[in-house]
Amino acid sequence: MSETVKQGAHKSYLEETGGRKGIFKWILSTDHKRIGLLYLYSIMTWFVIGVALGIMMKLELIAPGKTIMGAQAYNATFTVHGVIMIFLIVIPGLPAVFGNFLLPIQIGAKDVAFPKLNLFSWYIYVAGSILVVASLFAGGGPPDTGWTFYAPYSFKTGTNMLPAVVGAFVLGFSSILTGLNFLVTIHRLRAPGMTFMKMPVFPWTLYGTAWIQLLATPIVGITLLMVLGERIFNIGFFDPAKGGDPILYQHLFWIYSHPAVYIMILPAMGAISEIIPTFSRKTIFGYRFIVISTLAIAFVGYFVWGHHMFTSGMSGTALFTFSILTFIVAIPSAIKVFNWVATMHQGSILLKTPFMWAASFIFVFLIGGLTGLVLGALATNVHVHDTAFVVGHFHFIVFGGTGFAFFGAVHYWFPKIYGRMYDESWAKTGWLIFFIGYLALYGPMLYLGIKGMPRRYFDYLPEYHGPNILSSLGALVMVSGFLIILINLIRSARHGEKAEANPWGGTNLEWQISSPPSLENFDEIPTIDKATYKYD
Amino acid sequence: MYDISPENASNFVAGVDLAFVIILGVSVFFLVAITGVMIYFIRKYRRDKHPKAIQNEGSLKLELIWTIIPLLLVLVMFYFGWMGWKPMKTPPEDAMKVTAIARMWNFKFEYENGKLTDSLYVPVNQPVVLDLKALDVLHSLYIPAFRVKEDMVPGNIKQMWFIPGQVGSYDLFCTEYCGLDHSYMYTGVRVMAEEEFAEWMKDTTATAPAVDESMTPAQQGFEILKSNGCNACHSSDGSKLVGPSYRGIWGETQEVTTAGEKREITVDEEYIRRSIYDPNADIVDGFNKGLMLSYEGLVTEEEIDLIIEYIKSLDE
Ligand code: HEC
Ligand SMILES: [Cu+2]
Repeated sequence: MSETVKQGAHKSYLEETGGRKGIFKWILSTDHKRIGLLYLYSIMTWFVIGVALGIMMKLELIAPGKTIMGAQAYNATFTVHGVIMIFLIVIPGLPAVFGNFLLPIQIGAKDVAFPKLNLFSWYIYVAGSILVVASLFAGGGPPDTGWTFYAPYSFKTGTNMLPAVVGAFVLGFSSILTGLNFLVTIHRLRAPGMTFMKMPVFPWTLYGTAWIQLLATPIVGITLLMVLGERIFNIGFFDPAKGGDPILYQHLFWIYSHPAVYIMILPAMGAISEIIPTFSRKTIFGYRFIVISTLAIAFVGYFVWGHHMFTSGMSGTALFTFSILTFIVAIPSAIKVFNWVATMHQGSILLKTPFMWAASFIFVFLIGGLTGLVLGALATNVHVHDTAFVVGHFHFIVFGGTGFAFFGAVHYWFPKIYGRMYDESWAKTGWLIFFIGYLALYGPMLYLGIKGMPRRYFDYLPEYHGPNILSSLGALVMVSGFLIILINLIRSARHGEKAEANPWGGTNLEWQISSPPSLENFDEIPTIDKATYKYD
Repeated sequence: MYDISPENASNFVAGVDLAFVIILGVSVFFLVAITGVMIYFIRKYRRDKHPKAIQNEGSLKLELIWTIIPLLLVLVMFYFGWMGWKPMKTPPEDAMKVTAIARMWNFKFEYENGKLTDSLYVPVNQPVVLDLKALDVLHSLYIPAFRVKEDMVPGNIKQMWFIPGQVGSYDLFCTEYCGLDHSYMYTGVRVMAEEEFAEWMKDTTATAPAVDESMTPAQQGFEILKSNGCNACHSSDGSKLVGPSYRGIWGETQEVTTAGEKREITVDEEYIRRSIYDPNADIVDGFNKGLMLSYEGLVTEEEIDLIIEYIKSLDE
């Protein structure tokens, strides 16, 4: 590790405006770092809205009967919450923000392969999000179909479903183009000497993700087009009265949306694989196995969509196959968890905020994965399918997994992005409150589901009251933590202490350049002669 | 496993709960063990206690161990999941048949002798097979105590079966989101002793709508609306729900769409009858097609006359 980094020898990318002013230095810049931040700010904005909708749902459910809104409003709230969280936040999420910011730097490149296409993808993203959010305000009321848009209800409801579906369709293109861009970048722009097996884990996970984005997203595109055809021209693909089949819709939807779960979680695993070695000062344990398991997840993940439909009447053979494959796809994730924990063994661990997020990630991700086994087994699936258990399970994976990794990543790369440090003690306080609230919010859902409370219920029988109170209170605690985290980050981006080039002692390329990086990242493209995560 | 359900509520409880116990048992063990080891490492190797890390790139032996052992364990879990589920697939030949009919937002159960009820009545210790029929959108029939659930798909009649093992009352939910009143789409299962059930089954009059001759025709009309679940979509106070309100329509002119053409109609007896037997013939402006289904065979001509009396009475 050469300690020759000269902080501030060049203008940073934040000072480099290309002669543009105000907002234009952002929305016209093709610098991958600025584009990453554009995504960060857009995603954070939607996230605040999504969280607000989630809190409204939890307040409604704090007591049986109507509490703060009626059934129609509640149904619209969970639909829009789901659509925003899935399509606008978790799917673009880590790849769009940290992938953009870090992928070129981590592989020693000056930018992605197609910088203009990259900016264009962000425009598509914004157009799609505006359509989705417009559905809230225009037409016959916000959509009330659930984020899954299941047929035939989605063709019968009078609410404003079309813009939401068109929005999701448009967002798909942003995802496909980003995936394409990253694939080409990784294949063509690695620095001399950086063979695939010398590449850090984060780019590896982006690589697996990019293939899924490229290959699976078109399927949901076609499906959403079929939905449009159904609603506008009454074609009848999914309408039994016209010889169609509503179950066909579910197959098409999940053929994309299951792999999409891996779009959400793989880069999160990548970020965790960066954080743990850095704060343990130890090379990652079983690098090769982590890489192989990443590719295995991306591949096997295509063949398990049927586990969302175990009660829809598929044949016994189909159920047998989907169930066993679901169990097998759990193995590569387990391998990763074991390797992360082994990385800590005999390390020299510094308990900074990113590490706290990473360690708590392992805990909540384990709960998410293990509850997934309950859903993967047929007998138990039949009982908990479409109950609060499923809602708990996927929040443990998608919010516990991706969300915790995202917050970990924000803190970890914060000094690199802004050249300033966040406030450590506020960050830790925020984390602790968030974590406690989080467990109180989602833990009871698992219990409620086993007790038989169905999901998407505006109202429930009194026997389910107790755990629902705990869950609602948990939501309020979690949000307080979230606000602390957010305010701390916003404040520190402007007023934090100046950061060093390598405040954590990381080994990958992003830590060998100044904080914040210069426009072109490297003066000279580096030559790589060592394995990644090498401490000596 | 928990209080909502005695161990033998149905013949599937034992198999499903065994799978639960095995999977949750292994899961809790791994959750506690991995988290415990992690916390132990974090405490033991904190930088102030352990300033210099000892590098270790990995170990093939460990990788094999933590691939193979979990693989074997998940295969065991799969096996118990499969074994618990398999008997649910094929109902026995001699099972008693009931047709379960779901529509937005209620269930109806039809027995072989033509009896029609809102909740499910079954005899104890006798296999029952439900033919699952959805009339409008997807629904799903779920009886938590029995550990059974199956989606109800329009245009595709599926089956579900079970042997109730204990006299009592249990919850029955719709678990597939189906619109506005999804969360009110629940009813109960009554498991009865054999003789009691036989007695109940014979009496096909008891469940006809509770029309009391001492009520006015309009009041009777309201009871009929209530017992058919019309009020989930229609209000009596002029407010718009999924469908138009009954108030303020009698004798009025309305804009409707008939076979794609807009036209005006006057709400009279003929129109109301058509609205109930063939609701999608004329679609009232501002409402959606396909939500209300025909009640032909469910609501008689005489009952429609009473409903009309009720609608008239709202505007007096
Ligand atoms: C799932 C919701 C739903 C249920 C249940 C339902 N309806 Fe309707 N109904 C509608 C909708 C939507 C319309 C308007 C569209 C149309 O004209 O078909 C409508 C229209 C009507 C109209 C015409 C009203 C007008 O202003 O012209 C009448 C009369 C009516 N329903 C009676 C009934 C009766 C009687 C029942 C019970 C036997 C019933 N409905 C059950 C949804 C429902
Ligand atoms: Cu339903």
